[in-house]
Amino acid sequence: MNEKKLMKGNEALCYAAVEAGCEFYAGYPITPQNEVPENMSKLMPKAGKIFVQAEAELSAINMLFGASAAGARCMTSSSSPGISLKQEGVSYIAAAELPCVIVNMARGGPGLGNIRGSQADYFQSVKGGGHGDYRLIVLAPSTLQELYDFTMDAFDYADYYRNPVLILGDGILGQMVEPVELKKYSPILGLPSKKGWILDGCKGREQHVIKTLLLSPPDLLVKHNIRLQQKYSRIKKELSICKEYKTNDAEIIIAAYGITARVCREAVDIARENGIKAGLIQPITLWPFPEEVFRKYSDKNFLVVEMSEGQFIEDVKLATDCKGNYSFLGHGGGWYPDTDKVLKKIKELLK
Amino acid sequence: MTKSLKEAKMHYCPGCGHTIVHRIISEVLDEMNVRERTIASAPVGCSVLLYNYFNIDVIECAHGRVPSVMSAIKRIYPDRLVFAYQGDGDLAAIGTNETIHTANRGENITVIFINNAVYGMTGGQMAPTTIMGQKTTTTPAGRGQNQEGPPLKMCELLATLDAPMYIERAAVNNAENIKKTKEAIRKAFRCQMEGKGYSFVEVLATCPTNWHKNMKDSLRFIQEMQEYFPLKVFKDKI
Repeated sequence: MNEKKLMKGNEALCYAAVEAGCEFYAGYPITPQNEVPENMSKLMPKAGKIFVQAEAELSAINMLFGASAAGARCMTSSSSPGISLKQEGVSYIAAAELPCVIVNMARGGPGLGNIRGSQADYFQSVKGGGHGDYRLIVLAPSTLQELYDFTMDAFDYADYYRNPVLILGDGILGQMVEPVELKKYSPILGLPSKKGWILDGCKGREQHVIKTLLLSPPDLLVKHNIRLQQKYSRIKKELSICKEYKTNDAEIIIAAYGITARVCREAVDIARENGIKAGLIQPITLWPFPEEVFRKYSDKNFLVVEMSEGQFIEDVKLATDCKGNYSFLGHGGGWYPDTDKVLKKIKELLK
Repeated sequence: MTKSLKEAKMHYCPGCGHTIVHRIISEVLDEMNVRERTIASAPVGCSVLLYNYFNIDVIECAHGRVPSVMSAIKRIYPDRLVFAYQGDGDLAAIGTNETIHTANRGENITVIFINNAVYGMTGGQMAPTTIMGQKTTTTPAGRGQNQEGPPLKMCELLATLDAPMYIERAAVNNAENIKKTKEAIRKAFRCQMEGKGYSFVEVLATCPTNWHKNMKDSLRFIQEMQEYFPLKVFKDKI
């Protein structure tokens, strides 16, 4: 049995990153994720790895661009406004097909918003927040154990697909405290060698160039984009992850992810105790979206719960070809669902 | 031809200063025998395609973010020669923040700063280093004191920081200055390879196309630039 430790989400994430062999971290303070740079500044040097407090988010994400090009496992973290700042760099990293892990402990927006947990960065995360046609693999943990486990997985997915991976948490997940089993890292995928493309000086080989400017011939960029899309199709086929909870006989299916799914899971149990056949679909990967699972239930009654003003619901509708009956419970700006609110909504719907 | 330069036709305009600086860097890399241990950056600007000419590992960076990228690479590989190659817009406008903070952290990298007082690739707009009265496509009446303010002097600015080990401004407008530029770059690379810390070499370079000058007048304009950008060693703690 591995050691179990009572810790904050932001702390658990750091332990997982170091355990997974993260070699380089750069970040900039922003609430509610400050414990990440703080913990990394202690853990990384202790493990003989590199920690840098960057002067800005622009710098931090571009340090990842460099670290990843040099072949290092690397991570940055921030919260919503800081993630917006990183988008330029994220587009370059995705275009250059460099692996890295980005953590968003999201807060209320738009603008400076507030420092409460929020899921209002859904579109930015799954539809591409920067310029150009690119996708991030997006993982949405709902417990600190999932946060710990998915952080280790994120490094593998990034290396395996040569693609940035975003962990979309929120301020609640980052700040809450619960026991976490500190599992040992072992790769979940056969990881490819990086030797063929990293920059480490061209000793005994041709030069390596990492670039995203593809000017000529005129179809060079078109071809590159087609190739990227083929990779994304492959990821879609191989990496849709989803948890189903009591969905088999459900009359009403709740769709929720992240911390909201955790609340809804409890609401499902209470509903069942009251004789209401409720179930939950909890996407783990928000991109690729687990469309096939949703499609199985496409003509059902859905209650979509999210801490945003109707973003996630668009993907639920798309995945089910708009064939179901959809109800919505959600607000942005730091509004929280609780079991009472969810149960009240379920009862209203079944009236 | 040097080992560090490929036999490729350059895209630069006739009389462009980049060609001379490319040649100088490649000679120094060959002489120091570090070609196979070197990682360079290509910036956004006229020299974005420098990987087509240098036969070394290169990363092409977003506009202004070069020093952050190179800081990380150097920290991963402390024994490699890591140099940033940047123009004036990249280094002193959109990337001023990265430039100052990288220097202030004392990152053990070398920054080579090509100052031609104008935006070349985008067609001759005002640069942060455009000199007073200089006409560009965005300062049609000439750079003025009240609207645009005077040019930014990067060597002088960086010399106020404690961490940088070597800062020099050179030019490539005549044989003597070209020789001095080469010595400055050699010294900066040596500073880095001996693990001493941050080095910065600014090179005043010609841009006849966007200056709308013939070669003779372009070389004369480098003299005019020196009223604002004197050639000297600003810091030598090696």
